Amino acid sequence: MTVTKPESKSLTKEKAKWMYQKMCEIRQFEDKVHEIFSKGILPGFVHLYAGEEAVAVGVCAHLNEKDYITSTHRGHGHCIAKGCDLNGMMAEIYGKATGLCKGKGGSMHIADVEKGMLGANGIVGGGFPLAVGAGLTAKLKKTGAVAVCFFGDGANNHGTFHEGINLAAIWKLPVVFVAENNGYAEATPFEYASSCKNIADRAAAYNIPGEVVDGKDVIAVYEAAERAITRARNGEGPTLIECKTYRNYGHFEGDAQTYKSAEEKEKHLKELDAIVKFRNYILSKHLLFEQELLQIERNVAETIEKAVDFAEKSPFPTEEDLLKDVYVSY
Amino acid sequence: MAEITMIQAINEAMRQEMERDERVIVLGEDVGTNGGVFRATDGLLEQFGDQRVFDTPLAESGIIGTSIGLAVNGFRPIAEIQFLGFVYQAMDQLAAQAARIRFRSAGRFTCPIVVRSPYGGGVRTPELHSDALEALFTHSPGLKVVMPSNAYDAKGLLIAAIRDEDPVLFLEPMKLYRAFRMEVPEEPYEIPLGKARIVKEGEDVTIISWGATVPLVAKLAADMKAQGVDAEVIDLRCLQPLDIDTIMQSVEKTGRVMIVHEAVKTNGFGAEIAALISERALFSLSAPIVRVTGYDTPYPVPSVEDDWLPNAARIVEGVQTLMRY
Repeated sequence: MTVTKPESKSLTKEKAKWMYQKMCEIRQFEDKVHEIFSKGILPGFVHLYAGEEAVAVGVCAHLNEKDYITSTHRGHGHCIAKGCDLNGMMAEIYGKATGLCKGKGGSMHIADVEKGMLGANGIVGGGFPLAVGAGLTAKLKKTGAVAVCFFGDGANNHGTFHEGINLAAIWKLPVVFVAENNGYAEATPFEYASSCKNIADRAAAYNIPGEVVDGKDVIAVYEAAERAITRARNGEGPTLIECKTYRNYGHFEGDAQTYKSAEEKEKHLKELDAIVKFRNYILSKHLLFEQELLQIERNVAETIEKAVDFAEKSPFPTEEDLLKDVYVSY
Repeated sequence: MAEITMIQAINEAMRQEMERDERVIVLGEDVGTNGGVFRATDGLLEQFGDQRVFDTPLAESGIIGTSIGLAVNGFRPIAEIQFLGFVYQAMDQLAAQAARIRFRSAGRFTCPIVVRSPYGGGVRTPELHSDALEALFTHSPGLKVVMPSNAYDAKGLLIAAIRDEDPVLFLEPMKLYRAFRMEVPEEPYEIPLGKARIVKEGEDVTIISWGATVPLVAKLAADMKAQGVDAEVIDLRCLQPLDIDTIMQSVEKTGRVMIVHEAVKTNGFGAEIAALISERALFSLSAPIVRVTGYDTPYPVPSVEDDWLPNAARIVEGVQTLMRY
């Protein structure tokens, strides 16, 4: 099989700049969270998105604030790509009252209604029906919005996968199902747990298009997402895109990752890095100059430092806050 | 006798039962090659092979449903749900299938499965990873519910659960997995399901608890003794079947009752105990029953969880309230 190198015609200089910045934001944000977590400062479990940036950014590059996304336990990247405020996100991860969910959601449950971010989700497979509901909303209200459901390879064996995609297909809903196949459901290899070569192959069962994409190549993701989102906006129904990717860190912070080989890690972290690949693409196509890229990287580093500072200086929720937001009445 | 942690005791119980009875098999997410996220199943795949220890896809309903299919056909599966908050995905298989198959088949099918799951808070992980959901299962007739509070009980209760003919939810307080070591006999032994343990005898007030909160209650009761309050502490160990006799004997002796559990208050199992006491021993009470529980909210984030959980301040205050009568 020959693989043609994707070369986007629709990618403008402005879009390339936005995408590079978002990818850097995700990487640096996650590397920073990794660093802080290892010092024992952060509470809870964190699941880092570093390594998978091309997926969230390549897809969200086509979305606007009216569009919806549902996310996973590994949701920081989706939040950033969908435009969530970094200060609010960092504070949320710290469990502070200034967080996007007032410190009550935490890393695994960041949500931002204004940005159409319907929530990271502590339950694997929890997002499928939610995205279908958002897609049906868009269809009934004729808003022109689409809903993107990000999910991992673990979720593709969950019952909600079948229920959600089938429903979106029979009702021709504007939903795009984006599988982030990073090779492992926690520690279980994809090949062991899934009775299919590709997750995208399962699209055939629902009579919808399925497409396998190199999830480390943001241009490839960008182009596949463009096709799927255009279809969705045109009322032609859902698409299943599978992005083959890799997570740089463990399933959660503290995971010993004994299931990954040293060669595999080396290959993905050094040779196949999505950001390096996109950087080279930008330079080779003369979309941006080296100086501009360096400036973006510096600005992002500064933004992340500010987010950490903001989070650290913010107050924790109080005991009274505990008893709020359970019902409308309290 | 070796001093071991609760997680080691749980591992040992499974290993010894698998050695004793080849019908005992283990299945769940990452329970094989990885040995479980908390290492409860460490070494089982190596010792018993992949025809008795099964890594499953990430699909809770499938794990429980498959276990039922195995159990009614002669196996004795131990299924692991990685965190109890994930059990909602499998509620149909548990409450509508496992719990009822014996009843609806007029006793022709039995369903000897054990569903092991870590539960509870205090380990700084939010919401669905910290839920205490025992009342969902005590509200499903047909299921048994076991909640150990230490390594010795965990081993004996788990062995009894594996040998039991009915489906058992075996809920393991995650916070206590490695919190302390205690002497645990190396040979297999059973602690009968439905027999509570009196942790400390006392005359003034009865404190009833189970699972994660027992060590804290026991410690506070010891402290209170020095301040002149002689509390009796009962560790229920099992909620279904429930050792109502031990509760009633204590209530009749002390006349004051406090119930401490991590789960939310409304419709928590503490409400059932309070109702049973009012039905059977109302006139033995000299004070209203006090419950110290989680608040009626979803489980909160780590920054405020110590306020949410039953803590020393709230328990001591509750005892003081009782002692004013």
